[in-house]
Amino acid sequence: MKESPNLKYIDQLAGGDNEFREKFIGILKEEFPLESEEYQKNMEGRLFKVASENVHKIKHKINVLGLHNTYTLAVRHENELRNGEDTLHGEFMGILQDIQSYLKTI
Amino acid sequence: MNCIIIDDEAAARAIVAQLCSQTPDLHAVEEFESAIEAIKFLNQNSIDLVFLDIHMPGFTGIDFIQTLGNPPKIVMTTSDTDFAIASYEYEAIVDYLVKPITPERFAKCVQKVKNSMATKSQAMDSSDTENSVGEDLYINIDRRLIKLKYREILLIEAKGDYINIKTEAKDYLVHTTLKKIHSKLPDEMFLQIHRSYIINFNKIIDIEDNSVLIEKNVIPISRSNRPELMRRLNLL
Repeated sequence: MKESPNLKYIDQLAGGDNEFREKFIGILKEEFPLESEEYQKNMEGRLFKVASENVHKIKHKINVLGLHNTYTLAVRHENELRNGEDTLHGEFMGILQDIQSYLKTI
Repeated sequence: MNCIIIDDEAAARAIVAQLCSQTPDLHAVEEFESAIEAIKFLNQNSIDLVFLDIHMPGFTGIDFIQTLGNPPKIVMTTSDTDFAIASYEYEAIVDYLVKPITPERFAKCVQKVKNSMATKSQAMDSSDTENSVGEDLYINIDRRLIKLKYREILLIEAKGDYINIKTEAKDYLVHTTLKKIHSKLPDEMFLQIHRSYIINFNKIIDIEDNSVLIEKNVIPISRSNRPELMRRLNLL
């Protein structure tokens, strides 16, 4: 079954603190598109090592959004990019698009 | 306990800051996007604990630890458990937290830091009882080593490449840094209250607004050091 992004972790951390919740969602909405864009740019330029750094940052957000299986894929993708392989790029792009769409709904 | 947070990701910093805000006796005084900025801050401020991301572009968490001569307690934060083994090579590192950090794990970590600090303090007390060397400090002036008793020191002021040690009897100008002498002084007696001043806590006459009076010296208190000073006062 496909995982869906969620805010369970953020809600647990906020513990009813709405100010933190809103602030954190704001950070996600601001940082995620920039990191995704940078990743795409580096992949287009075939700068795999730099792109692996982008995946490293993005994977933390993937985990925060409760996407644990996706996180495992991101770890694999990051390691493969470090070794100059991009086999998971297509799948990873799909994940980025799903998250972007989700972020627009919250 | 004062701490700073170093992480290149705003989201990661926000999480640690939130966890700190939920922890009694733990104050996150600053957040830094880069370790280099944090080093500048640590050169001028006394901090008990650093939450440090290992994986940062350019200057990593490990570079940060290796750069600091006498680092405060450090908790590494990481997305990769692989880095955990490397972290234990450094004495300053008390724990490591794998992201995303849960409140339960964070609470355990803070307890571990407190235990580590208590152990260090007990070791220092024991050493002081056994050996009177712990009561004084030697300073090098014109190739002479002069013995100063900690209890005679009123305050220490940074003056460019020198420090001025004010004692009850006289002043001594020594070629060293405030940070270096701070690492040699007992924490229970001395406190940095401003980027340019360390004071002997036992010599305070009174505290007014943003300054401390020691003999006839009025010493400014910086905003970031004020919480620690207030915490240590035996307020009625």
